[in-house]
Amino acid sequence: MSDKQDLDIVTPNAWESLRTFTDARIGLGRTGVSLPTSALLEFQLAHAQAQDAVHTALDTKALETQLDRLVSEHELPETLQLHSRAIDRPTYLQRPDLGRRLDEPSADKLRNQVADTSSGFDLAIAVVDGLSSKAISDNTSEFLGALFKELTQDQDDWQIAPLTIVQQGRVAIGDEIGELLNARAVLVLVGERPGLSSPDSLGLYLTWAPKIGLTDARRNCISNVRKSGLSHSDAVRKVIYLLKEARRLKLSGVDLKERSEDTLIEAGGEKRNFLLP
Amino acid sequence: MSDSSPQAASKQHAFSYIHGTRTYHFKTLAELMAKATPARSGDRLAGVTAQSAEERVIAQYVLADVPLKRFLQEALIPYESDEVTRLIMDEHDADAFAPVSHLTVGDFRNWLLSDQATPEILTALHQGITPEMAAAVSKIMRNQDLILVAQKCQVTSAFRNTIGLPGHLSTRLQPNHPTDDVTGIAASILDGLLYGSGDAVIGINPATDNVAQAIKLMKLMDGVIQEYDIPTQSCVLTHVTNTLEAIEKGAPVDLVFQSIGGTEATNTSFGFNLKTLAEAQDAALSLKRGTVGNNVMYFETGQGSSLSANAHHGLDQQTCEARAYGVARKYSPLLVNTVVGFIGPEYLFDGKEITRAGLEDHFCGKLLGLPMGCDICYTNHAQADQNDMDNLLTLLGVAGCTFIMGIPGSDDIMLNYQTTSFHDALYVRRALGARPAPEFEAWLTKMQIFQDAEGFRLNEKLPAPFARSLQLAHQGGES
Repeated sequence: MSDKQDLDIVTPNAWESLRTFTDARIGLGRTGVSLPTSALLEFQLAHAQAQDAVHTALDTKALETQLDRLVSEHELPETLQLHSRAIDRPTYLQRPDLGRRLDEPSADKLRNQVADTSSGFDLAIAVVDGLSSKAISDNTSEFLGALFKELTQDQDDWQIAPLTIVQQGRVAIGDEIGELLNARAVLVLVGERPGLSSPDSLGLYLTWAPKIGLTDARRNCISNVRKSGLSHSDAVRKVIYLLKEARRLKLSGVDLKERSEDTLIEAGGEKRNFLLP
Repeated sequence: MSDSSPQAASKQHAFSYIHGTRTYHFKTLAELMAKATPARSGDRLAGVTAQSAEERVIAQYVLADVPLKRFLQEALIPYESDEVTRLIMDEHDADAFAPVSHLTVGDFRNWLLSDQATPEILTALHQGITPEMAAAVSKIMRNQDLILVAQKCQVTSAFRNTIGLPGHLSTRLQPNHPTDDVTGIAASILDGLLYGSGDAVIGINPATDNVAQAIKLMKLMDGVIQEYDIPTQSCVLTHVTNTLEAIEKGAPVDLVFQSIGGTEATNTSFGFNLKTLAEAQDAALSLKRGTVGNNVMYFETGQGSSLSANAHHGLDQQTCEARAYGVARKYSPLLVNTVVGFIGPEYLFDGKEITRAGLEDHFCGKLLGLPMGCDICYTNHAQADQNDMDNLLTLLGVAGCTFIMGIPGSDDIMLNYQTTSFHDALYVRRALGARPAPEFEAWLTKMQIFQDAEGFRLNEKLPAPFARSLQLAHQGGES
């Protein structure tokens, strides 16, 4: 597997240099039509790491501490720690139905919270571990910081519910949280299933008028929020657009198209690609 | 020994079977189908699976005795409440069904494997078979049966090339990028083309799902196809309503995409109904962009989607999946793709279950007359790895699978899963002699990408037009 032997047997690809423009595994070269040994082993290592990432638990205490500054800055009630009905990771992986619902103590916590509050909230935010705790621990604090900054500057007033952190949860658990908190909209931050090159990818799901039992058609999704994916600032811009539109139209999902880039593209014109001279 | 005729059955238990000292009861045809299904996690999740290995085989015995005609008399989901059932029943072709109308499910397996069932006979049969009949017979077929019969089913479709000819295998070039970055996408397209991929379609899953983004990507791919005069088609895998809007705005739409399921409620959860699909097909046809044929739809499916949407009506996931093919064939698709391992371990737990599902889906699709491809794939939370994919790829290659995915190094950096790579497609070409669509193969030779098309040998040198593109890429990058 020395470089010298590679040169003799392996056919490199002249376009390997394009890897500076993408994380995709392009220009791997070939031996015959097969993967060279080095590329094969790199893949195996990445797969091993991704599998390990699925099974690492979210450090919920550390996350709550990270969020403390935001909570006090924006005068939010105390953050609530919640758990789904899936008791552990193996159960979570095979029983998505359990991951979509809160366990009884968690549901009680939210009911008590609402009993303490006079009127409902404009927005509930659920931070859910999903399939990558790394996505949550790497992105949540910075993303929410940027989001709150924008919400504070918005012409409308946004009454934010206490933040919730959910273990062993899936996207739809946000509907129950939103419903119990009497929130007009819920934004779910969830760890997406880790890719080989992106174990840290965050997904954002917005539902207007959340209640238990809604389907995906009622949600808007922004995916791949991470340092080398969709940037936090771009994600915030899209979320703000969707939130304001959802509030204006009183709906979300397939009837609410995400058009935050329409004007941008029309104004900026098309970026050329190198395949077109 | 068995007592499974509908006349003899009490209303309480439609099917009974005495085995030794034990009597097995199956209340409905749907329950019988579910319990006869080879084991998988999604049916366990739905609570419809057999309670023991013996019960599963007894259910298979009973199912084998069910006359095919019964599936025309007894809808698994009521006709009145489900437009997919209505489509299946209303579109059934009794004349096409005639040659097998006297058979039971068990006889039908024998017939399919017999020398009577030639490719020509099977082609004439497509419209006479309902999805439920296909699902039922698949449940009592072994993997080798599924392969052998699928191999006899010949289905071709066409847009700018001809897909599905015997001895051919096409590939979808899938240049997804996590931010839809134009340069990143172009880099993956170049990589794919130079490895001979992309005759089924160049198809992008957009990271951001809006109309403006879809149009941007449509224009990108259309530009590349025109510039290099590639006999293939493009598709942005966005919601059907987005594509309709893009067509209204004058975007260059080759194929309309939609994820579809086998029940009305599943499709409602996906945000469309059958009328939407018909409108979209008409809109795409009105553009007259096909040069070789007029198949303008690209559908994706996958076992578990109905249960995932809580829209399975107590059916097993493989029966729901077959019903999705009933939806697909109404709209004469260019491509139907079962994304077999994408949905995760709660529906297909490991490599063994993924393999079985892939072979079932391909068989059912082909028997119903669809240009059936397979996204041979897995996620990082499933118990599967590259070896499982190699196995299924080889099996589906032998079965005559219409197309597979092609992605750089098996790693989809946008959707976060692993599917077949450009290298994998060349492996199966060499191992089985499976050639690309003829128009595309001629283009690969003309462009000097293939040095020897027969031997699937790639050129050692970078073909001149692409060398220029590469130069342009780095000039652009430095400026």
